[in-house]
Amino acid sequence: MNMEIKRTITIKNEEDTRAFGLKLAGELAAGDVVALIGDLGTGKTALTRYIAEGLGIKSRVNSPTFTIVKEYREGRLPLFHFDVYRVSDPEELFNIGVDEYFYGDGVSVVEWADLIEEILPENTRYIYIEYGPKEGERIYKCSF
Amino acid sequence: MKDGKFLTLGIETSCDETAIAVLADGRTVLSNVISSQIDIFKNYGGVVPEIASRHHLENINGVLDESLAEAGVTLDDIDLIGVTDGPGLIGALLMGVSTAKALAFAKDIPLVGVHHLMSHISANYIEDTELEPPFMALITSGGHTEIVRVDDYCHCQVLGGTRDDAVGEAYDKVARVLGLGYPGGPKIDKIAKEGDPEAIHFKRVYLEKDSFDFSFSGLKTSVLNYINHEKQAGREINRADVAASFQEAVMDVVAEKAIQAVSQSGMKKLVMAGGVAANSRLRDKLGALCEKEGIALYRPRPALCTDNGAMVACAAYYKYKSGQRGSLEMDASPSMPL
Repeated sequence: MNMEIKRTITIKNEEDTRAFGLKLAGELAAGDVVALIGDLGTGKTALTRYIAEGLGIKSRVNSPTFTIVKEYREGRLPLFHFDVYRVSDPEELFNIGVDEYFYGDGVSVVEWADLIEEILPENTRYIYIEYGPKEGERIYKCSF
Repeated sequence: MKDGKFLTLGIETSCDETAIAVLADGRTVLSNVISSQIDIFKNYGGVVPEIASRHHLENINGVLDESLAEAGVTLDDIDLIGVTDGPGLIGALLMGVSTAKALAFAKDIPLVGVHHLMSHISANYIEDTELEPPFMALITSGGHTEIVRVDDYCHCQVLGGTRDDAVGEAYDKVARVLGLGYPGGPKIDKIAKEGDPEAIHFKRVYLEKDSFDFSFSGLKTSVLNYINHEKQAGREINRADVAASFQEAVMDVVAEKAIQAVSQSGMKKLVMAGGVAANSRLRDKLGALCEKEGIALYRPRPALCTDNGAMVACAAYYKYKSGQRGSLEMDASPSMPL
């Protein structure tokens, strides 16, 4: 956790996650990268689903853990949904053309981004997700 | 053709495995070679790295040579080339598709692209040479959880799928939290045999009534919450009980929905496919339910459940027989619908 935290937000439930995701989607432009960092079960895929909804993507957004990246192209901007959970060496991602995604015509959302932090672009928006004190609560610590 | 048999070469590179097989007349395996099983690759430093398409490139010629040699044929004997063109990891898929196109062009052999899930289903035609569609298929693997109605060899309809994590993925993640290692499926299956499936009650998520969709993300979180809660309370975790209870919660839902889909369709056959079809608890549960409902249950042997070239060749064979042809313009599609 070496990114400067600009704001800390308490997410009480899934509706809050959705509101956050929809708002964030509205602020994104081509070439933007959103890094999601948080333990298993903190709702990284759920947040990505709402960012997708905010971009106008209607297809089902489910976990890309197995294929590393899934592309959705029917929204306002293309969405590249990464899950780098299985990646053991960030260099491996260059073999699947990661820079064409990160610096491409769409928005990249990266789950488990801490595993590949060294290859993320400088303008990356970091969201650290932690469990909140109450059940179902999450704390978002944002670098933007 | 060789000895009057129609020979299909099947190429699979959609994810981790570089796999090539030769099939005779669509259902008889002459060879089925998977890169991770060949000793010569161990010289390159042990396990083949997981996602690097570069490694498909390094492996693919060796796998092709091995596959042809094992089948006792040459490229000149091959009548058809089948290749996975989606869905999967784009760089990995392209390796297979480019290889298939190059071989088809150089040797003037017909080419057919096949959907990865259709291939998994087709593995059953190899296992049981009498099996014919229509039937219901349950595909469960690291990347997929789908209930598919198979109308004939080339047409099918997806009735439901996962809205978040695939079954195999939920297994891998829970296995990691339990410190069981990778791959999670076989590890949990094994340790669960020593545990009590009713020790902890994890909520079964059925979603809307009549929906054939799945959701395993909440269950994964429930398991994590349980483990954290027990740790905080200073109690020792019985890993076997957690594994057994988790597995029971997953398989209750998977088996029940699959049976419901078969019953509603009026079909009498259920076909299992994908890596998780090797899970013993799923097989036992489905076996018992199928017997009760008078449904015939089909399942490929483990080597045909995980990614392999034979299932690709089989699916390509039937696509070709129905008159479909691919072209050298063929491209790979990372997110191809079935």
